[in-house]
Amino acid sequence: MEESILDFIPEIPVSDAVESFMDWLTGTFAFLFDSIQSFGKFVMEGMTDLLILIPPVLFILIIAAAAFFASGKKFGLAAFAIVGLWFVQNQGLWEDLMNTITLVIISSLISIVIGVPVGIWMAKSKWANTIITPILDLMQTMPAFVYLIPAVAFFGIGMVPGVFASVIFALPPTVRFTNLGIRQVPEELVEASESFGSTGSQKLFKVELPLAKSTIMAGINQTVMLALSMVVIASMIGAPGLGSEVLSALQRAQVGTGFVSGLSLVILAIVMDRLTQKLTK
Amino acid sequence: MSKITVENLVKVFGKKKNQALQMVKEDKTKAEILKATGATVGVNDVSFSVEQGEIFVIMGLSGSGKSTLVRMLNRLIEPTEGSIFIDGENISKMDKKDLRKVRREKLSMVFQNFGLFPHRTILENTEYGLEIQGYSKEDRQQKAEIALENAGLIAFKDQYPNQLSGGMQQRVGLARALANDPEILLMDEAFSALDPLIRRDMQDELLNMQETMNKTLVFITHDLNEALRIGDRIAIMKDGELVQLGTGEEILTNPANEYVEKFVEDVDRAKVIRAENIMTRPTYIEIDHDGPHVALQLMKKEGLSSMVVLDDDRNLQGYVTDKDIVKAVQRKEKSVKDILRKDLPTVDPDTLVSELFDVIQDSSTPVGVVRDGKLLGIIVRSLVISALAKDSEVHE
Repeated sequence: MEESILDFIPEIPVSDAVESFMDWLTGTFAFLFDSIQSFGKFVMEGMTDLLILIPPVLFILIIAAAAFFASGKKFGLAAFAIVGLWFVQNQGLWEDLMNTITLVIISSLISIVIGVPVGIWMAKSKWANTIITPILDLMQTMPAFVYLIPAVAFFGIGMVPGVFASVIFALPPTVRFTNLGIRQVPEELVEASESFGSTGSQKLFKVELPLAKSTIMAGINQTVMLALSMVVIASMIGAPGLGSEVLSALQRAQVGTGFVSGLSLVILAIVMDRLTQKLTK
Repeated sequence: MSKITVENLVKVFGKKKNQALQMVKEDKTKAEILKATGATVGVNDVSFSVEQGEIFVIMGLSGSGKSTLVRMLNRLIEPTEGSIFIDGENISKMDKKDLRKVRREKLSMVFQNFGLFPHRTILENTEYGLEIQGYSKEDRQQKAEIALENAGLIAFKDQYPNQLSGGMQQRVGLARALANDPEILLMDEAFSALDPLIRRDMQDELLNMQETMNKTLVFITHDLNEALRIGDRIAIMKDGELVQLGTGEEILTNPANEYVEKFVEDVDRAKVIRAENIMTRPTYIEIDHDGPHVALQLMKKEGLSSMVVLDDDRNLQGYVTDKDIVKAVQRKEKSVKDILRKDLPTVDPDTLVSELFDVIQDSSTPVGVVRDGKLLGIIVRSLVISALAKDSEVHE
């Protein structure tokens, strides 16, 4: 092969740079990561234990009742929830289900707490919008496995790094939809609010956020679904739950177990999706 | 002191603002500035003042800069240059806090598409202005309910805006603006989205309301008929410039340039011109001095078939017809008192030409224009018709 002019340019050591940056980060902030890790672990294990304490029959009934009222006193979703959750219990996956629910709920909550304010900031500041948009693109298109590496570096293995990776993956829709929702508020209503002498926060809380609510909720629904889809990947770094069942089935080539765990995940996904959609209408 | 004074107000959108501003000062037009700099001049060096209690109409087609202009009055749009004084205070130089105070206490705005918050009930919409000022729930509800009561909307207070018709929504918009008891109302095409009959009702309501409330109104419209109907004075804008400022009468009778003239062409003049604008000086005889011979002489000379009769103080006594006069001359009578007819139709000088039609249609004689019994002038049928022709000369 002939030599090309490009060969004279030495390789830029990007991967080395990232690695040493990560080393520096883990080393310098070790105390911070450690305390997050132990606090997170405490909260999440506590939540899972609490959920497991609830007798499965009672838990199923509560979900069914919520589904019944949320869907306007219709039986469809409630019936599906009863049959579906009973099936999961019947297959002996109840504890895994509770672990997965904890993972998804905590990841979603963190995403919302971070995502909504960032979305508002982007809607208000052109500058923030320009900077954050490509970061969101990066978060969504970077293969999810890549997040596992820093997650392990910071937090070791277990539920906490699983949540960390899930948040990175699931955060963008909430940010994007919040930004969109606020930008979509009709100009005239913003002007009306300002013309009466509203302060910035009065405008935000009394007009913009209420009018952007349904769009923001659509974003949150997407965030919950993405957090669920990270469950299997997160199990690769030791996050317990239905995902780890799928993973071990894969490693041992057990089609049956894999199918049952996968189906349980699908059931959970459908129940959570419909329930969040209906609750936010 | 004027309530609102606007001095050399300029708004430039886009880049190269300074260059565009320089060209504004050199009296260049919007098109020239756009070509040279790429910047759009929204409002081009506009000055005017509005008096307390006045209804000041800013009229122009879309793109004329009228909405930009009104939004600079409460600084929803920041002026590029120039000053706005409200009660002598320079709005354009205020910091955010003072500006909020002015917006809360002095200015309210009514919007073309009503600007009602869809997630709030009618009552909650109406109390918005008071709510953000920190009134207690009781106080603000009470005030909002009074405003809704006045607008005849109290029955709908717990409904949401989308449950109301357009006309009712705009009544809410108006009630919401008035709930703060502002001194100045800015109305941006407030009635333009309503259908014509409702629009008329709303104009009437606004005028009635203005009689008791005496606010200062700045009203934006693209409809000249609306401008003429409600405006005390009208400012006509084109390409960001103020091309004429005056009463409706002045604009109709004396358009400043071709642009205004074209605008005015479409106006239904019948709804604007009044009896006193088209009446002519009457040929008359005095009842105590002039007899049938004088009357006959004058009527022959002027080619009249009837003539009005006044007393010394120009009080209308009646009229005489040519046939009666000829008979009286033949009978050698000395006075017209015996042949005087009293059934001359009369109108007030403020009567609109449109209303004159009915009076003059059924009358074989001219119509007298009378104030306090005194004859000011007369109107014959041909005058009404020529007044409606656009190129007619209008008598002041």
